[in-house]
Amino acid sequence: MIVARNLTKAYGEARVVRDVSLDIPRGGITSIIGPNGAGKSTLLGLLSRLLPATSGSVRVDELDVASAPSDVLARRLSILRQDNHVTARLTVRDLVAFGRFPHSRGRLTEEDRRRIGEAIQYLGLDELADRFLDEMSGGQRQRAFVAMVLCQDTDYVLMDEPLNNLDMRHAAGMMKLIRRIVDDLGKTFVLVLHDINFASIYSDHIVAMRDGAVVKQGPPSEILQSQVLREIFEIDIPVHEIDGRRIGLFYV
Amino acid sequence: MPLLALGVVALVGLAVWSIFVGVSDVSLGSLLESGWTDAPTQILLESRVPRTAALILAGSAMAVSGTILQMLVRNRFAEPSTVGTAEAAKLGFLLVLILVPDAPIPVRLIAAAGFALLVTALFLRILRQLSLQSPLVVPLVGILLGGVINAAATFLAYRFDLMQSLATWSNGDFSMVLRGRYELLWLAFALTALAYAFADRFTVAGLGEDFTTNLGLDYRGVVALGLVIVSIVTAVVIVTVGMIPVLGLVVPNLVSLMLGDNVRRALPWVALLGAGIVLACDIAGRIVNAPYEVPVGTMLGVVASALFLYLLLRKHARLA
Amino acid sequence: MPALRDTIRQWPVTLLLALTVLGALASLAFMTVGAKGPWSFVLPFRGTKLAAMVLVAYAIAVSTILFQTVTANRILTPSIMGLDTLYVLIQTSLVFVIGSSGSVALPPSVLFLAQVAAMIGFSGILYVCLFSGRAQSLHLVVLVGLVLGVLFRSLSSLMQRIMAPNEFVVLQDRLFANFNTVDTNVLAVAALAVLAVSIFGWRMIRTFDVLLLGRDTAIALGVDYKAIVSQILIIVAVLVSVSTALVGPTTFFGLLVASLAYRISGSERHALLLPVAALIATLLLVGGQLVLERIFAFDTALSIIIEFAGGIAFILLILRSASR
Repeated sequence: MIVARNLTKAYGEARVVRDVSLDIPRGGITSIIGPNGAGKSTLLGLLSRLLPATSGSVRVDELDVASAPSDVLARRLSILRQDNHVTARLTVRDLVAFGRFPHSRGRLTEEDRRRIGEAIQYLGLDELADRFLDEMSGGQRQRAFVAMVLCQDTDYVLMDEPLNNLDMRHAAGMMKLIRRIVDDLGKTFVLVLHDINFASIYSDHIVAMRDGAVVKQGPPSEILQSQVLREIFEIDIPVHEIDGRRIGLFYV
Repeated sequence: MPLLALGVVALVGLAVWSIFVGVSDVSLGSLLESGWTDAPTQILLESRVPRTAALILAGSAMAVSGTILQMLVRNRFAEPSTVGTAEAAKLGFLLVLILVPDAPIPVRLIAAAGFALLVTALFLRILRQLSLQSPLVVPLVGILLGGVINAAATFLAYRFDLMQSLATWSNGDFSMVLRGRYELLWLAFALTALAYAFADRFTVAGLGEDFTTNLGLDYRGVVALGLVIVSIVTAVVIVTVGMIPVLGLVVPNLVSLMLGDNVRRALPWVALLGAGIVLACDIAGRIVNAPYEVPVGTMLGVVASALFLYLLLRKHARLA
Repeated sequence: MPALRDTIRQWPVTLLLALTVLGALASLAFMTVGAKGPWSFVLPFRGTKLAAMVLVAYAIAVSTILFQTVTANRILTPSIMGLDTLYVLIQTSLVFVIGSSGSVALPPSVLFLAQVAAMIGFSGILYVCLFSGRAQSLHLVVLVGLVLGVLFRSLSSLMQRIMAPNEFVVLQDRLFANFNTVDTNVLAVAALAVLAVSIFGWRMIRTFDVLLLGRDTAIALGVDYKAIVSQILIIVAVLVSVSTALVGPTTFFGLLVASLAYRISGSERHALLLPVAALIATLLLVGGQLVLERIFAFDTALSIIIEFAGGIAFILLILRSASR
């Protein structure tokens, strides 16, 4: 379980995340939604120790994020941020292999190699494995980074907009893949998502943020309600049930 | 791997050639005919072998420094002379020479390397605080910063009558290398080996701070280690043979084009190619105007800046 | 400060007059302060030096501003693009190829013209490669310029190393010129060249203003863009040759002068900008030399100080534009 208590992040006067207390249960997919500037990415940064909190605390199971050794955390929790522009020329396989770094410190074992191969296969990157990242499309690169994070094999995986740069086929494929990993391996995923319908269909739990605070959380059926969405996004979104799934028509 | 072995063979070939190029007659024949204390053997041991060793050590160390800096700065154009390290080291030596004229060499070295470290770290800090739109801003500002430091150094050198020292540090020249006067370069070699031991960490650092932290590594620690290595290597090279410019820029870029940036894979090639290019430029400098010598810094300036221009203008898209 | 700038904008003539008076005062002081020895020696000696400085100041100021107009930016200068190291390279190649005896045999004016012609050719090529066609990143262009500078310098020093020592001496006399060793013959040729391009450029001074609107607008307004650009490049090449022949390469002086001129004049009109820049350059050069030489008794340190101050100014300029 990830437990955040009274988490605040301030840049000077501006408080980007204000006094957030949140429990993210073990197992399943938790999606964080909310309008631009709600503090979603910042919250993810705080949960994953990439950003130091101004005040408040985060615990991942028994580990206090602020004080636990970074390499211990790296075997428990992984984070993929939004813009992964790489200046280094690495092949997909090189990149994915670095996911094993917290476990093997760069000396790859047979076991590591097997996992690297698996992760590459999982993301359908077999044919691209020896291509350089800077020679690939944005979507392919995104999948390579996801493969690396999977390779890191942590209980908790945090992803900031993992569907960025992916076309419809790959976006849906990515969400199905995450669902499969969660169901098969019992992992915990925390995703920042822009599309409320992806959140609705694939998550177990949705956290809605606005102005740096958590305004609502609960199962998709509770969040995907017109009046709740109006509170979060300040627009009217009609919600329809299609094949037992709640879909918000924010296009109209 | 077999390719790397081939590279090593080629380097050995260049090294042997380098040993037998020169004004006095040192050849296999004269060596066999002469005794242990005769001129050819003595020249070989006192001058030729040290020179060749110095070329290899300095060339590989500078090229490796370039790779490390490029990973730390996350910029293709970083190398000791484009981020202010080299100029800062020169100014450091100059300051020590002015303030404590009879400081022993280790003290001078530590002071100069420390100064270089400070300036480079400061420069990186400033860069990180800017939201830079263009990867070219880094080398641009770095080169200018180098120019400003250089102007300050020139002014001091001029006032304190140390222009000659400054000129020696500024232009790589191996013609003065003798036994007993280059051994400091082995320190640079040791640091290069250290860099290889930590190669993976530099690759990871090259992917950014978030990425590094996610893998449980101490980003600042990696950066600090890299900067320490680069600063000491630069200071050592400057004080023993003089600055070897643009090598750290060109070699890592060439290797990156062939092999990519996995530092563990690239580093042996970078070292090999760096040593090879310096050896070749030095041999060319000795042959082109024999019996006079053209310093290796000048030869490199022509060869390396032409190569660099080619890299710059070849395909701009790749630079980001 | 804004109030002052508004005043300046309303009274450009006053600004010009004030700068002229200051420049004249500096020149007067330079001619007279601390003179030892007979006036018949002091005046011609210092007069030559002063004339050289004024010429250089004018050449650098005008060439920099025009170059910035034609490349539509305020960071690049001819010297940052490696034009003055190119001059050194051409000079060196000339001695290298035809030998010092050959180059001495030619009258200085012919030699100078040959070099200017080569400069015009090379800077034209440089311009076509870097600035025409699709828009290139400004930073790429600057970086290429800086590296070209290194290449030209290294090539020159390679040739200098290889050439015979006596030829090198001839070259050294020409290259490492400073205000103390100005050749009156060269000075006369340089003055004529500057006068010629100034008359040539003066009739286009309003057209320069239109170029500030950008290539497309300028063409839409009926400017023969290609012709104007090539004419400006010729003017710049001549002026850079003049300044480099007289003092050697100066990397940042032009930039310093140009940014000061933009700030002080607060104007985009070349009819005001160019004279203001030239006057500021004169004031800086003559004033700086006066202070250093007469008060601090340094003689060659001015260029170092200009390099230092100009470099810092340039860094600030880039950082400001980068952080915006």
